[in-house]
Amino acid sequence: MREVREEEINSHLANTTTTAPKESEIELSSSRRKFLKSGMMMAGAVVGGGVALQARAQVLEVPESNKTMGQPIPETDYGMPIEFENHVKRRRSDVLVNRQNYSDWSMTPLHQQVGITTPNGLFFERHHNGVAYIDPDVHQLAIHGLVDRPLLFSMNDIMRYPSVSRFHFLECSGNTLTDWREAQSTTVQQSHGLLSCAQWTGVPLSWLLAEAGVRPEGKWVVFEGADGSGHLRSIPLEKVMDDGLLAYGQNGEMLRAEQGYPIRAIFPGWEGNTNVKWLRRIKVVEEPIHARGETARYTDPMPDGKWRQFSMEMECKSVITNPSGGMDLQGPGLYEIQGFAWSGNGTITNVDVTTDGGVTWHEAALEEPVMSKCLTRFRYRWTWDGAPSKIASRAVDNTGYVQPTVEDLARSREIVGFVQHHNGIFPWSVSQNGEVRNAIA
Amino acid sequence: MLSLEMKSSVAIATVAGFVVLSASSAIAQEKMERPDVAFGEVITEERLALWNIDIMTPTGGNLPAGQGTVAEGEEVFAETCAACHGEKAEGGPMFGTMVGGIGSMTESPRILTPGSMYPYAPILFDYTKRAMPLDNPQSLSDDEVYAVTAYIYHLNGLVEGDFIANSETLPEIQMPNRDAFFEDDRPDTQAERCMENCRPIGTVADASNSKN
Repeated sequence: MREVREEEINSHLANTTTTAPKESEIELSSSRRKFLKSGMMMAGAVVGGGVALQARAQVLEVPESNKTMGQPIPETDYGMPIEFENHVKRRRSDVLVNRQNYSDWSMTPLHQQVGITTPNGLFFERHHNGVAYIDPDVHQLAIHGLVDRPLLFSMNDIMRYPSVSRFHFLECSGNTLTDWREAQSTTVQQSHGLLSCAQWTGVPLSWLLAEAGVRPEGKWVVFEGADGSGHLRSIPLEKVMDDGLLAYGQNGEMLRAEQGYPIRAIFPGWEGNTNVKWLRRIKVVEEPIHARGETARYTDPMPDGKWRQFSMEMECKSVITNPSGGMDLQGPGLYEIQGFAWSGNGTITNVDVTTDGGVTWHEAALEEPVMSKCLTRFRYRWTWDGAPSKIASRAVDNTGYVQPTVEDLARSREIVGFVQHHNGIFPWSVSQNGEVRNAIA
Repeated sequence: MLSLEMKSSVAIATVAGFVVLSASSAIAQEKMERPDVAFGEVITEERLALWNIDIMTPTGGNLPAGQGTVAEGEEVFAETCAACHGEKAEGGPMFGTMVGGIGSMTESPRILTPGSMYPYAPILFDYTKRAMPLDNPQSLSDDEVYAVTAYIYHLNGLVEGDFIANSETLPEIQMPNRDAFFEDDRPDTQAERCMENCRPIGTVADASNSKN
């Protein structure tokens, strides 16, 4: 695939758009050009450029695409986005940079996502030793430990069960961790991009555990991956039996390798790393095993040198994705504020939006469908008067929990080092000239 | 190469006779009854011996036979670990220190090492055996894992130079952070849904200012 140049984008838009060019234009610094371009294309606006301006006074020409044959249909194909969308990418963060890219992560461009499902190629990644490569014909899943009948499953066995499909978000416990005391992220992709949502298809884990026969003393269940880190987590039996899913499908196709092909665990609403990928072993035990990933990692610093452990649920959270950090408003007027809200404890019931830094809040509209432990889109029409503003969203879930501020969180937790479970209200400032910036601190 | 076409058609062919339970809300996602089938192959625990490597770290349960000394661990470390972790585990080109930090949990920053952070000593055995070295995981023998575990805890001042790590001695090491952990007690905030004349959105600095 070739890179698309600025002129091509302008030319394409000038030739195909039916929207009148906006009054104002902006000069973009080269470092932000790509990012802003995408935001504006999503909003249906036109990038100001030579071709578009020249065309303004003239009779519109018949677009080239009306006068030529289209591309023929290939015999076989896996369709990819058109090259004008090549800038829409999952990205490793340049805010917190690891010295290797095996135990690392890449982030979803939330500001470029429309609707609630994240395309599979843009779904965020977090691996502990790179992406495992597994042939489904040789993959096996074992269930053992405190069970009456230890069991072994091939992928053929697993695919024979009736299937269920459910929409759920996944969020890394570390999402937003760079932005507590300082505004370090520029874009919402950097600040919130360890978040995605998909329709997952698979088999309820409760069916397989019932088949194995969990003994009365079995209270926790260890899930272990077949990757180079052998990543594992202890999960309470109650959660496994409630809504745990053995997933092989994601958004209508088999899992991507990055998402645990051929099978992974899905624990709806729980922190990303509990949803063990490349799943190969399930062991029923009496107590959690207190592995490194549930003691030295994925625990939360608390006052007096303490650590909160097994903090599994991703609590109610929301963020405005449009407009968001790195974008520019095109002068005063109407803007639809859009974003996502989600809760690992249930369903989003309300989202409120402020444009004055939290003094006044307005209820936003929620877009259907609104599902439990799933991304929910909200929207609020805002007429910007051109004055400096601070915009933010605040979500409420059906447990009555109201999304806190980072000030609220800092009153009960110790904000020191690698602090996770940041579900704080996330403000963006809008300057007089329309620049949108991270305003968490 | 990784086609599952055949398997998908099998799955579709077997789908029959569900009961969709009543929906508790307008958008409830379906919950289905378990079908009366059993497709798993019954096996013995013995066949899983090579997979069954997780350690019950508080007790050392499932630690294997074998042992290793601090001196042996120093050799294993130099050969296998030092390139990424530094010559004396003080941190290297890939990862930060694995030594020190004991007593730092009430300071900022907290220095997180196996010595300062792990509540149970067998955690290091479990993790090293399954995940290290990063470029060749599960390549160390049990004796080598015991040895390098002994060496790291010795560098952290938690065992003497003549320590021999095995399934009996490893769980006995007194870990300084043993009692620092407590189970999730959230929600730990009680924000209110104020709509008008509210307090502006506060920052982390606002919280520390008002604490002082």
